[in-house]
Amino acid sequence: MTIMSERVEETAVDEREPALSVRNLWKIFGPRADKIIGTPDADLPRAELKRKTGCVAGVKDVSFDVAPGEVFVVMGLSGSGKSTLVRCLTRLIEPTAGTIRMDGVDVTTASEAELRDLRRKQVSMVFQHFGLLPHRQVIDNVAYGLEIRGVGKKERRAKAAEIVSLVGLDGFEHSYPDQLSGGMQQRVGLARALAGDPDILLFDEPFSALDPLIRRDMQNEVIRLHRELGKTMVFITHDLQEALKLGDRILIMRDGEIVQIGAPDEVVGAPADDYVRDFVSEVPRSHVLTLKWVMRAPRPDDSMDGPVMSCDTIVRQAAKAALASEHPVRVVDSQERVIGIVDDDAILRVVVAEEDHA
Amino acid sequence: MSTLAPPRPGAARPDKSPPVEVKRWVPSSRWAWALGVVVLWVVIWALTKGNDTLALAGRERTGVHDALAEFRDSVIASRADNPLIQLTYEIGSWFTSVVDWLQRMVSVENFPRPVPEIGWLGVTAVAVWIGLAVAGWRIALLVAASFLSFGIFGYWSDAVDLLIVTFVAVAIAVLVGMPLAVLMGTGNRAVNAVMTTILDVFQTIPTFVFLAPIALFFGIGASGAVVATLLYALPPIIRVAGHGIRTVSATTIEATDSAGQTRWQRLTKVQLPMARKTIVVGLNQTTLAALSMATIAAFVDGPGLGQPVLDFLKTVNVGGAFVPGALIVVIAVMLDRTTTAASEYGERAARGGVDRKRRRIMLAVAGVPVLVCLYLSRTYSWAAEFGDSTWGPRLADAVNEFFGWFTDTFRDLTQGFKDAISTVLLNPLESLLAESPWWLAAGALLLLAFVLGGFRAAVPTLVCVAGLLYFGLWNHAMITLTMTLVGTVLVMALALVFGVWMARSPKVDLALRPLLDAGQTIPPFVYLIPVLALFGPTRFTAIVAGVVYAAPVAIKLVADGVKAVSPTTLEATRSTGSTTWQEVTKVQLPMARGSLVLAANQGLLYVLAMAVIGGLVGAGGLGYDVVLGFARSEEWGFGAAAGLSIVLLGIMVDRIARGAAQKTSR
Amino acid sequence: MRSPRRRLTALTSVAAGMTLTLTACGGGSIAEETEANEERAAEFGDCGDINMAINPWVGYEASAYVVGHVAEETLGCKVTYKDLKEDVAWQGFGTGDVDVVIEDWGHPDLEKKFFAEQGDGSAMDGGPNGNVGVIGWYVPPWLAEEHPEVLDWENLNDFAEEFATSETGDKGQFLGADPSYVQFDEAIISNLGLDFEVVFSGSEAASITAFQQAEKNKEFLIGYFYEPQWLFAELPLAKVALPPFEEGCQDDPAEVDCDYPETVLKKILSTSWVEEGGPGVELVQNFEWTNEDQNQVAKYISEDGMSPEDAAALWVEENPDKVEAWLPQ
Ligand SMILES: Nc1ncnc2c1ncn2[C@@H]1O[C@H](COP(=O)(O)OP(=O)(O)O)[C@@H](O)[C@H]1O
Ligand SMILES: [Mg+2]
Repeated sequence: MTIMSERVEETAVDEREPALSVRNLWKIFGPRADKIIGTPDADLPRAELKRKTGCVAGVKDVSFDVAPGEVFVVMGLSGSGKSTLVRCLTRLIEPTAGTIRMDGVDVTTASEAELRDLRRKQVSMVFQHFGLLPHRQVIDNVAYGLEIRGVGKKERRAKAAEIVSLVGLDGFEHSYPDQLSGGMQQRVGLARALAGDPDILLFDEPFSALDPLIRRDMQNEVIRLHRELGKTMVFITHDLQEALKLGDRILIMRDGEIVQIGAPDEVVGAPADDYVRDFVSEVPRSHVLTLKWVMRAPRPDDSMDGPVMSCDTIVRQAAKAALASEHPVRVVDSQERVIGIVDDDAILRVVVAEEDHA
Repeated sequence: MSTLAPPRPGAARPDKSPPVEVKRWVPSSRWAWALGVVVLWVVIWALTKGNDTLALAGRERTGVHDALAEFRDSVIASRADNPLIQLTYEIGSWFTSVVDWLQRMVSVENFPRPVPEIGWLGVTAVAVWIGLAVAGWRIALLVAASFLSFGIFGYWSDAVDLLIVTFVAVAIAVLVGMPLAVLMGTGNRAVNAVMTTILDVFQTIPTFVFLAPIALFFGIGASGAVVATLLYALPPIIRVAGHGIRTVSATTIEATDSAGQTRWQRLTKVQLPMARKTIVVGLNQTTLAALSMATIAAFVDGPGLGQPVLDFLKTVNVGGAFVPGALIVVIAVMLDRTTTAASEYGERAARGGVDRKRRRIMLAVAGVPVLVCLYLSRTYSWAAEFGDSTWGPRLADAVNEFFGWFTDTFRDLTQGFKDAISTVLLNPLESLLAESPWWLAAGALLLLAFVLGGFRAAVPTLVCVAGLLYFGLWNHAMITLTMTLVGTVLVMALALVFGVWMARSPKVDLALRPLLDAGQTIPPFVYLIPVLALFGPTRFTAIVAGVVYAAPVAIKLVADGVKAVSPTTLEATRSTGSTTWQEVTKVQLPMARGSLVLAANQGLLYVLAMAVIGGLVGAGGLGYDVVLGFARSEEWGFGAAAGLSIVLLGIMVDRIARGAAQKTSR
Repeated sequence: MRSPRRRLTALTSVAAGMTLTLTACGGGSIAEETEANEERAAEFGDCGDINMAINPWVGYEASAYVVGHVAEETLGCKVTYKDLKEDVAWQGFGTGDVDVVIEDWGHPDLEKKFFAEQGDGSAMDGGPNGNVGVIGWYVPPWLAEEHPEVLDWENLNDFAEEFATSETGDKGQFLGADPSYVQFDEAIISNLGLDFEVVFSGSEAASITAFQQAEKNKEFLIGYFYEPQWLFAELPLAKVALPPFEEGCQDDPAEVDCDYPETVLKKILSTSWVEEGGPGVELVQNFEWTNEDQNQVAKYISEDGMSPEDAAALWVEENPDKVEAWLPQ
């Protein structure tokens, strides 16, 4: 919790306006759900609330900001409220309370027409089970968003063709979804989301239904697209590996509540509680942690002849040079000031701990 | 009175995921309770039998009956200046002129021409060409064979008339039904519940009840026929298409919603196209339902094959009625296969499986002989009027001979069978239901509903029981219920035997399917006489008629259910070395339980739908009351009350069965 | 894959071939017949339309088609036959759907609604059609022959057990009829102290089948039936004597203990149609024939399997003087 508030403050001072800003968002399923917020009942654990009122708290008092161009990952076990959260962002599910701002537009109070406009131009979403139209060819699935905006057939098909080739589906324009593999179908889903050239992309566990190898391909695809297009992304997953691989920052949810928000190394290096610790225990820490997390304060007797490395260097990348050098590594911050020392022991502790796990 | 309720999607669904272990049928406490209720009922019945049965003597009527009749009379009296009737009459005469115009084009002489504008050769050629265009050459052949059979068997104009009435009624059913289907597919649960109940009423109310009022409001002949057909054909498309729209993948809806579509775009670009297959099924059901009204429509002088069927009934000529009846089956099969194939063909064409250019050229070339045929059929008598042929009468004679032989040979057997079932099953059950005091039977039914289906079954049962008492035909309702239950038992016996057999042997399936289709679409009036000859004018005859009508549906449902049992489970059982009998009784049937329940439910409703037919063959009960109401103006209120009682019975047993099925599947 | 071109050529040549052969063989020309029709229509002048209800029994059909045949062929009227049950037919008088019901067995309730005295006046009594309905209790011929005693009601109880069926337990079964007929059998049975129970056949077809099977299999059967009816040509049912009908003995339905009276069958006509007048109206009003006449035509239809049109035409041809008497002067 403390980490979270710290983070929010931090982004708040960022001079650029956030691409997405969520404040005190609630979603409670069930009859007369709006009456519950503000009462002591709202603080009850999920199971008890259900027993008492018959309502299910999908999302409980969630606040966060996403910076433009950031990849923001929401992670949690199944049932923790991720899908509910991401659907509330465009009001596919009507939130019970709270505010959502997107590029300056207040989503929660938007009229139906405004909301439609927002969905058409600003945000697109990719779904776990693709949600393609089986009666349309790939190209027309991709062009769907343009079609409902009223873009002419020729123009939208041209645009769609471009996007189809961007996601690597050249030659499949005229196939039907059921003629494609799962991975290819999700590429269509991705293309459909990109076709409208939105500012924000939402992904709800897009690769969970895919085979591991294909999933890796698709993750790389997303990374590539992000590099090329620089879109803001909110990415839902229950897979920590995926979260760490893609996320600039990660929000961890449990039972509808935020447990922790932080960069991947923060989550691994300083888990907020046992829930998160448990989550990250199997992660190869050397792949995630940066030197910042293993350094210690320099002592007078430390040799200052070792190599200089940035505090953001990932341990694994630093390991070879560090171990080769006789002197400990000097860790510097962005202003080139030495802020710590990493010796062989520190490196080995991280790497060996992993071996033990395995 | 073929009330052909289509299987209701979602009424009770077979378990989807095959359980890994084979479930043993453990009688839950529920069934023990139910048994307890029955035992208690029997005990009290033994003590109170014959009291308070609410049986009406002779042609006694209650105030409710008279009120209904008075209402009808006041409508008739006001018909000259009742704006509603003027409006409906206007609509009716519009139907008549459309049908009349079509008839003069293709089926009856357009005076002063001695023949229609387009004769048989031209009509057949156009129909074949359409078949070719929408569904390919196989269907074109089927269409050709069907149309030729109309002429060869001597019923060209009646068959084409039936096609016209069916076409008009189905077209209107689609126009009216699709918006309602959309409402049902997108509306909330309350909308759904209300609409389902209304549709249930429409599908169970005996047509004879509203035939006379329809004639009053819309007129006699084509208009009355179209409206009667329409009312009956409307529910399937609403129900099935609504179901299709409702079950469109939620993810796809969500995904396309997230792209910012309007509601209208969602409907036209996502829901309707994705539900297309189901909508076609609904259209098919609607067409078949429309055809099953053919004979009923003939009671108000509706044009079509129903007229010759009823004509031959006057002289109890089975063979004579069989020929037009069989042609109704031909039409049903033709339309069914054509719409299905057209839907598949359309999809294939859309997916580029058909060479469009080649197809266009082929159709254009095929158009040349069509034009020639049109010209000929307008110019020469032989191409306009089908010459006399002896095929029809010869087939009729053969059928008569066969039934004569069949009756003579098996009558002793069938009479014995009838007597046995009557003594063992029918009489005791009827005694229990109809000779119990009303409060006992009503209480027992309520308790059973509650025990089997909880409040969800008990509340509708309470409403229905109250309604039955209100309409004052309690005793007859219990007699009809008895016959319906016995009929259902027989239907299920047949369904189990033939359903399992079909599921296990594709050959049997292939051989039986067309017969089942025929059993479902041939007008009951055709087989009433032979059944009467075999069993006499008795309750059992009515039951047999109901069984003939209901068994095909139940058999198909059981066959499909058993077929759907996971092959893996079956393989696993086989690997343990079980016998065929064990395989069937311990794996296939228990796992197809959902389908069995659905089959029993549908079987029951179908048997009940034949109650009125039963009234025509000596079964008494509510069916006879409805026939009486239709036959004697002064008894109309009585008949209407009986018709409504049949509706209540149908809804009651349906809700109990559904409640029980829902509880069981949990 | 076959070449599309080949198929096209084949189709074209078939088409061409068909045109040739079919045009060559000619046959009757429709244009000629059309002309003939037009001439005939001009010749007759305006006889008007007759909408003739066809109630569902053969005797009715016989009368209707004989009248219709004469109206069409001799007077040049346009006759439309409409298959309707009695109730619906009567409703049609007011709307112009129906002009004539040619054989009515008595419908006091409908008369109340549609005759001028109490109702809307859309229908009127068209006078007797000459046929007389004989309603009563009948048994199959074999039974009458082997047990002539059953022909007297007083002996019926001796046979009650023989008449019993699965529907009546140990009581004798009395087969009631199509509900279109007014029946007092339940009252008669109880008032005469007979050990019988009524089972309604529900339809004429069911009653006929029952009598046919009873005769064929030498089974006991007694039931409500009536003459004239085509079945008598094939199966001369024997009438059971009940206490004879006396005026008033059927006034209270619960107290009936006598036989049915003979029914004079009558014509019911649309008032507005009669007011319009014309040769068609006169013909229908003049029409009258005997039970034997009707039975003859009914036999043509039921036993000889002729269409009602052909049966009527044959009878008209055979009985020119009877027909002559109906024609408008
Ligand atoms: N429409 C709904 N009605 C009631 N409860 C719901 C509904 N949708 C989701 N829930 C509940 O909300 C919780 C969060 O669900 P979800 O957002 O789907 O979780 P996740 O996506 O993290 O697996 C779950 O307990 C789920 O049962
Ligand atoms: Mg989810």
